[in-house]
Amino acid sequence: MIKQQFEIPAGYKKWTLGFLAVGILALVLGFFVLGIGKDEHAQTRFWAVLLQNSLFFLMICNSAMFFICATTLAMGSWITTFRRVPEAISSLVPILGILALIVFACIIFGDKYHIYPWLDKNAVATDRVLNYKKGFLNPVFFLVWTIFTLCTWSFVGWKMRQLSRETDERPLSENQARQFTWKNTIWGSVYIVFFALTVGSSIPWLWLMSIDAHWFSTMYSWYTFGSTFVSGIALMGLFVIYLKNQGYLEYTNDEHLHDIGKFIFAFSIFWTYLWFAQFMLIWYANIPEETIYFKARLQGSYRGIFWLNLIVNFVAPILILMTRGSKRNYTIMTFMCVLILLGHWLDFFQMVMPGTVGEHYNLGWYEWGILALFIGLVMHFVGKSLTKSPMVPKYHPFLKESIMHHT
Amino acid sequence: MDIRKFVVGCYDDEEVLFPAVKKVRKAGYKIHDVYTPYAVHGLDKALGLRETRIHTAGFIYGMVGLTTALSFISWILAIDWPLNIGGKPHFALPAWIPIMFELTVLFSAIGMTLTFCYLCQLAPFVKKHHFHPRATDDLFVMVIECTTKTNVQEAQNFLTGTGAKEVNVQLAETGWWLGTYDKDRKIFEVGKEAISA
Repeated sequence: MIKQQFEIPAGYKKWTLGFLAVGILALVLGFFVLGIGKDEHAQTRFWAVLLQNSLFFLMICNSAMFFICATTLAMGSWITTFRRVPEAISSLVPILGILALIVFACIIFGDKYHIYPWLDKNAVATDRVLNYKKGFLNPVFFLVWTIFTLCTWSFVGWKMRQLSRETDERPLSENQARQFTWKNTIWGSVYIVFFALTVGSSIPWLWLMSIDAHWFSTMYSWYTFGSTFVSGIALMGLFVIYLKNQGYLEYTNDEHLHDIGKFIFAFSIFWTYLWFAQFMLIWYANIPEETIYFKARLQGSYRGIFWLNLIVNFVAPILILMTRGSKRNYTIMTFMCVLILLGHWLDFFQMVMPGTVGEHYNLGWYEWGILALFIGLVMHFVGKSLTKSPMVPKYHPFLKESIMHHT
Repeated sequence: MDIRKFVVGCYDDEEVLFPAVKKVRKAGYKIHDVYTPYAVHGLDKALGLRETRIHTAGFIYGMVGLTTALSFISWILAIDWPLNIGGKPHFALPAWIPIMFELTVLFSAIGMTLTFCYLCQLAPFVKKHHFHPRATDDLFVMVIECTTKTNVQEAQNFLTGTGAKEVNVQLAETGWWLGTYDKDRKIFEVGKEAISA
């Protein structure tokens, strides 16, 4: 018997609560041990880890909506049978957005200039580079643009989800179906254009690249996008596999899983391409103000993470997901999705940490605890969001095409 | 190159073709191939074709390309004629990765194309028999290969029964190279010798 309406299984609830409990414990303990201590290094660690996790999870949830909009514009019907999964994931954007905003507010109003050096007024006054960039890197612009971005992501995402809900109750006539597709196209393109202006360019500069405020790279935003998009697909893949195993998503089959696998494979290579394009040009040109970024990562204590990042996010997917059989195998796909999510979490770790806590980083109880907190949050809210609508948009104009999907 | 006899049935609808393929296979005829104007999704499964191994060949060609690029560049720049370029080490791997990548792609692309042509028995100046000129236009052409067991008249009637619009018998060469497909033929043979014209 295949179930239409998602009910959160007891095991899922137990795991969610477990992750949340561990996470909240780590957060509270971290706040008292690290956050309000005298040691500036510990304080920086406290905020940097929160920054890394909230941005990582916010951006991978946001990329689920990018996935929906991009396939909508390309008339990609194949996602229709499981589109409620990325929809549910994208519904986390406002929640994680508020969390990220709280972290930003604490960093900016708490003058945590170890995280964002451009917060230090003395440095901005005396440092030529920071002075040049102060029109862009200043608290007002940062907060205004961040709030505007989060609101637009949330609003357009909400609009796309509402449109999708229209196909639950009654069949659409041919004219209505045309209008429906047209409206989807309009809102999808609004989202894509705004996505290009934010994730495609300005947002990673502000949120992440400004940690190393002296340094710049034109590849950085795309590199961040590649990282979050491939993890977003992996997260979606995990939920699809889980729901399939629980007896939901009747029309989703190996063909759809195969295409999700192709996305993971392709965007792992895309990520590597951007990673390498950024690295190779800097390595080749050998200009001190550029190489400083990689000096900390390649020659310091981040060396292990730097290479592990490349192995987990490039070598593993390209070799393991190359064959057709492995992309259709539930076990291998589950393993790869978890591996890629962890790998890109580490990628974000090495984006944030060298510029904040520096050489003496930790990968200890606090880091893993906050990771557990965010996993718990994602599981809790995605599960809740999935229960709110039927698992399959029954009268979606593209549903039949999606059921017949064949790779 | 031996000449064999084929029974050819032409269909004008995909929805008729699929059940027809199923029926013909069930009746025990050997389908030589189905020629279609475009790639029909799922037809390979319906025909029971085994998965192609061309991607394995592609992987091997790619590895050959990668090895060629790496060994050639490193021999030139690190062993035979070391030059100081911008103070970089002689063995400057990151700078070579684009070239190694390009050669990997080039080798696997060209290798796979040539392998594909070889397997399909395509080459310049080789004339292939066309079972129906409209197979490239609007007809789905199913070709049954006759064996010693096949009753030609019965096969023709069977194809008409499955909805073929046009049925005929043709003689054709099997090709200039006998590939693995001939191994499958043995299942359908009674004697050892093939049917001659």
